[in-house]
Amino acid sequence: MESLNENQDVLQKESNILDAKLERRSFLQYAGAGAAIVALTAAGCKKDRVVNTDFGVTLDFKDDFGVLNYAYALEQLEAAFYIQVAAAPPSGFSAAEKQYFQDIQFHEIAHREFFKNALGTAAIGNLSVDFSSINFTDRSSVLNAAMAFEDLGVGAYNGAGVRLKNTTYLLAAGKIVSVEARHAAYVRDLISNGTFATAPQVTASNGLDMALTPDVVLGAAGKYIKTKINVINL
Amino acid sequence: MNIVNILEEIEKVDGEIYERLNPRRAAMKEFFNMGKKITLAAMPLALGSVFQKAYGQSTPAAVTDVLNFALALEYLEYHFYNHALVAAPTLTIPAGAATAAITLIRDHENAHVNLLKGALGAAARPEITYAMTDFTAGGTFADVYSNYGTFLAVAQGFEDTGVRAYKGQAGVLAGNAVLTTALQIHSVEARHASHIRQMRTALAGGAAIYKPWVSLGAAGQANDSGVPQVDAVYAGEDLTTQAGVNITGINGNAGVTKAVAVESFDEPLDKASVVVIANLFLKTGFKL
Repeated sequence: MESLNENQDVLQKESNILDAKLERRSFLQYAGAGAAIVALTAAGCKKDRVVNTDFGVTLDFKDDFGVLNYAYALEQLEAAFYIQVAAAPPSGFSAAEKQYFQDIQFHEIAHREFFKNALGTAAIGNLSVDFSSINFTDRSSVLNAAMAFEDLGVGAYNGAGVRLKNTTYLLAAGKIVSVEARHAAYVRDLISNGTFATAPQVTASNGLDMALTPDVVLGAAGKYIKTKINVINL
Repeated sequence: MNIVNILEEIEKVDGEIYERLNPRRAAMKEFFNMGKKITLAAMPLALGSVFQKAYGQSTPAAVTDVLNFALALEYLEYHFYNHALVAAPTLTIPAGAATAAITLIRDHENAHVNLLKGALGAAARPEITYAMTDFTAGGTFADVYSNYGTFLAVAQGFEDTGVRAYKGQAGVLAGNAVLTTALQIHSVEARHASHIRQMRTALAGGAAIYKPWVSLGAAGQANDSGVPQVDAVYAGEDLTTQAGVNITGINGNAGVTKAVAVESFDEPLDKASVVVIANLFLKTGFKL
């Protein structure tokens, strides 16, 4: 781990230079803590750094790949969150809740891996997450984070669908978003029974769920993601 | 989406766009201001109706068909819940949370009816009234309005069908602003389905568990509802390959079992299959 940390320090300095370059290109930037943290795949033994996200990742919305990578990024985030919850659930979780959060964990892993395989070589790298704002030992903190992720996911898919040109991928996104909505309703009911589809998430007057644009979604997700996400051609 | 930009683009080729939309520019300003307040959600339809007024254009026939199909399903759902709440004296929906949930769902279905009617305008299909429906499905669910368990089981069928029906039409709406609105209804139906499933689990009191998401049935069948009469609602829900990608055990993840693969993707249902299900609940002479 020490060498890993050293590598990250070096890379942080490097990334500052890169940041400046990216700004001049007028990329829209969504950064978590501002530093581009690197996913080191070969954890800390080789002197060769395996770097795949030191530039951050770029979501290019010019075509379907950008939209799919956007979904892939969100699924990476959700999967990472639920993996952590399922590995050590809050003591306040009931047996049923532990079971369902484990189920959800595997749903999100399935979604993440689906996008990874569907994208193939066009897939973005692994994102580094920052869950420092979540208290994983506290039921309420975990549930509220889960609700935020699920509602955000629903809004993201609802808003992104119209961007997809390939109907196979549109359908795949549709198959996923309703599962996210089922998760969202479940988590909301755990927080307060009966809030599965209440305002402001669902507008009472027209019965519509949120549809969010990528900039809004990534802005909200930013605090959970260390990797810089550049968005172009939005 | 920036409506002002869209209008400005149109103005380049049609200098009178603002006059067509509304003779008073001040009114358009009000519309812009309103636009800031309403969510992206309502935009496509709001915008659609403005353009319809401007040019008298109708939406493409295929899109109109989808919206009318959706409208028919929303009428059915609305009457199913509304009758339970206001005109089924032998049905006891527990006071408190249960009644509140069914009321919320009823209100959403009513809002969807009004939204779709508004979007379709003169192209809207004729109203479906309660008198045209038969929620016993010709006697299959004879006690739907006297047995709370049956009522919830049928409700689950309606919601899960609704989710599948909207999904099944996504391809027709691809790239159209109406798609966004349809997706926004679609995810609300999924939220309803999740809650109804939890209500059924609560009612069963440990005797049965209905996951908030569509899982595999106890015997590995596609229908996880415990109600074989609604097999058609779940036909094909046990798919485990998505866009050519096999989900079970994907990339070495042993935790992604067949059940997980089924749960993590909801399947669409084609229009003809949905019509067969919907027609079970419509009297002869009023079937779709």
